[in-house]
Amino acid sequence: MSYLYAAYIATWAIHVGYLTYLYRRYKKLRTEIEELERK
Amino acid sequence: MKIIFPILCILTAALLSYGLYQALVVAPTEQTMGDVQRIFYYHVPSAWTAGVLFFVNFIASIAYLWRRNTKADALALAAAEVGVVFCTIVLVTGPIWARPVWGIWWTWDLRLTLTLVCWLIFVSYLFLRRFSSSGQTPVIAAVLAIFGTLDIPLVYFSIWFFRTQHPQPVMGNGGSIDPRMLHAFFINLIAFTCFGALVCWSRYRLEVLRRQVEETQALESLLEVRSSR
Repeated sequence: MSYLYAAYIATWAIHVGYLTYLYRRYKKLRTEIEELERK
Repeated sequence: MKIIFPILCILTAALLSYGLYQALVVAPTEQTMGDVQRIFYYHVPSAWTAGVLFFVNFIASIAYLWRRNTKADALALAAAEVGVVFCTIVLVTGPIWARPVWGIWWTWDLRLTLTLVCWLIFVSYLFLRRFSSSGQTPVIAAVLAIFGTLDIPLVYFSIWFFRTQHPQPVMGNGGSIDPRMLHAFFINLIAFTCFGALVCWSRYRLEVLRRQVEETQALESLLEVRSSR
């Protein structure tokens, strides 16, 4: 049973990690856009 | 699009939750492998989604080489990146299943090795896109992606043409399967495909936005240089 949970947790950990990475990149881009708009 | 996207996100989340419930609660326990077989409900849909995304990358790469369409290039990059995420899941969940069933984490079996080669090709594609500043990078990357995609049919058919340790497909091969298992499998297959498509679409939009910001920044610095002269 522990192998089953390990596989499911690993799957969602990878997905959540990647989505967090995308969100951070999006936030960084938004900051850059705001800076450009200020100029 | 602003309304459709959140609706699709909610629908996909509902499908994924339903798929998880089906896989862990409704689907019966397999007689020989036990509960560890339930890993297949995530492992196989992840492999399918990775394959679909690499195929999207293949089509977009051809479109880019043919028409030099920058949006096709952005789509190719997005599909490759999300495809690598799903392929990573395949390479992680596979050994977790293999340890209790085969007694080993990994073997240099043809399908496993070809999947690893496929993953390495697309990881090198992403590194090329990330670290090369040459103007020819999208062209070289598109060619690499086309050759990388040729590995996918080899991965898929390897269990038919060669003797491998990897399990043979149960469906469509004369095997019988409990309808509840089939239901859990197809729900997760649809859910993972929708999830992969949504993440790929988000990554594509992010890439298009990033390129627009870079172009504006370049234009801005050019105007600053001109005005300072």
